Amino acid sequence: MSKQQNKEVALKNDGLSEEEKLYFSDARPRPYEPYSIKAVEDFANWARANSLWILAFGTGCCSIELRPLMTARFDISRFGVAGRPTPRQSSLFIIGGYVSVKTLKRIIRSYEQMQGPKFIIALGSCPANGGMYFDSYNTINQFDLYLPVDMYITGCMPRPEALLSSILELQEDIKAGNCDGANRYVNNLDWYKTNQKKVIKNWDMPDYNW
Amino acid sequence: MISEAFTEWLPKVGNFSLTLLIVTFYGLLVGAAIERIIAKVQGRIGIPYSQPFINIAKTFFKRTAVSHGIMFYLGPVFRIAGGIGTLAFIPVIYGSEMFSNFSMAGDLFLVIYFMFFGQLGMALGAGESGHPYSAIGIARGLSQMTAYEVPFALAVISIVIQYDTLSITEIVAAQQGGWQNWTVITNWVATLAAMLAFLGMTGYSPFDIFLAPQEIPIGPPTEFHSAYLSFLQLNRALFGATKLVLFMNLFFGGATGWPELMIKTFLIYMVAIVVGVAFPRFRVDQGIRFFFKIPTLIGIMSIVYVQMVLTS
Repeated sequence: MSKQQNKEVALKNDGLSEEEKLYFSDARPRPYEPYSIKAVEDFANWARANSLWILAFGTGCCSIELRPLMTARFDISRFGVAGRPTPRQSSLFIIGGYVSVKTLKRIIRSYEQMQGPKFIIALGSCPANGGMYFDSYNTINQFDLYLPVDMYITGCMPRPEALLSSILELQEDIKAGNCDGANRYVNNLDWYKTNQKKVIKNWDMPDYNW
Repeated sequence: MISEAFTEWLPKVGNFSLTLLIVTFYGLLVGAAIERIIAKVQGRIGIPYSQPFINIAKTFFKRTAVSHGIMFYLGPVFRIAGGIGTLAFIPVIYGSEMFSNFSMAGDLFLVIYFMFFGQLGMALGAGESGHPYSAIGIARGLSQMTAYEVPFALAVISIVIQYDTLSITEIVAAQQGGWQNWTVITNWVATLAAMLAFLGMTGYSPFDIFLAPQEIPIGPPTEFHSAYLSFLQLNRALFGATKLVLFMNLFFGGATGWPELMIKTFLIYMVAIVVGVAFPRFRVDQGIRFFFKIPTLIGIMSIVYVQMVLTS
């Protein structure tokens, strides 16, 4: 997307200095339409569900529950799930536990660099309602104010079995075509950005990390 | 004139497309089988056989993609062109008009050149992505490649002297008539050097650092996503299978039918897997030092062996 195309809806990138603005895109992301032929869309959804690549970014203590899934006891690769160290190639972001404001900034950057369709599972009680950190000064209490969440798993911490069953449930949801978090995020970008900027005081990155 | 060339080349191109399809399909399938074998070693069940196909479909059906410039687009294209080009000049089935592709006198030279071509295109593409980890991955991959090409080239020179030809078809023809005529028996020194180089080529442990997820995010393709990545995945299967076919032709007597090809290439692949599951990973400098020491020495010895024993 060139700058000229989206001049009317270009993002302001207020957090950047004049010089830095030259280096970052100010284009606004667009929502995508499903394929017009239903069979193609169904096949694409089936492929997406059966090849979920998790972004290997443990954001909190619950991400310790991710590791056993790859071992012989649970073996998540049976279901087409694999870890991927780069956000560009992954499609599933598992928020592993409490989200401090500092981590939230990195989560947003990583999430925006992922290519749609992308899904979020929030693991543990903390992303849902703050959990044991509900009154902490630097931990957010409700994660879906900042990024669209497809599924919550509560518990402190949830067992790997809970994570496994929720991934299987997410696969069913994707196959049914119900997971459109990426579109929700793009359509309500201004609302999400306002919420994000309320808690992240030192906003020194572009408004959308392409 | 034009119609003559047309009638001559069209069936060849058609046959090659069929070969390409079979080899790619086989490459994807054997990749899944190998993953399952590694999983069994680790006590897991492993991925379904259909997983590589689903992965390619998924990356192809991604909704969004970001570009970093023209070379970024061309990187995966060069890569897959390198894979297809390598296969185009390797006779896949010996004695079959249909599956001998564009094999000709001197194709061995061309094949070795084409094996480099894709990597260099990929290096340019990954370089333009601007991701520092891509650049590091490329530097590591290319330096390791330079190292394992030395014993491989020496082994190839050795068998070229032995059979006195640069045509892969003639090399395969010279090995017909029973297993005692295979290069692995007649020139075992060259085969040993080439098989050590093969360990580096396949990118399994102990020479997998340039792709290692724990070290640098998956090396050169860090920034490639969506349809770009589906091209790279497709090429990985195709190129892997092509290299197996080349090794089978040069050292293990070629194949006269598809079942023979599949059994032989699978067994050649298992060499890399057995070594891979048993040995830990080398650092890139250790890997390069390894290739420049023992395999290179064996490669030089193979040329001496050919000169002193076989051709005297």
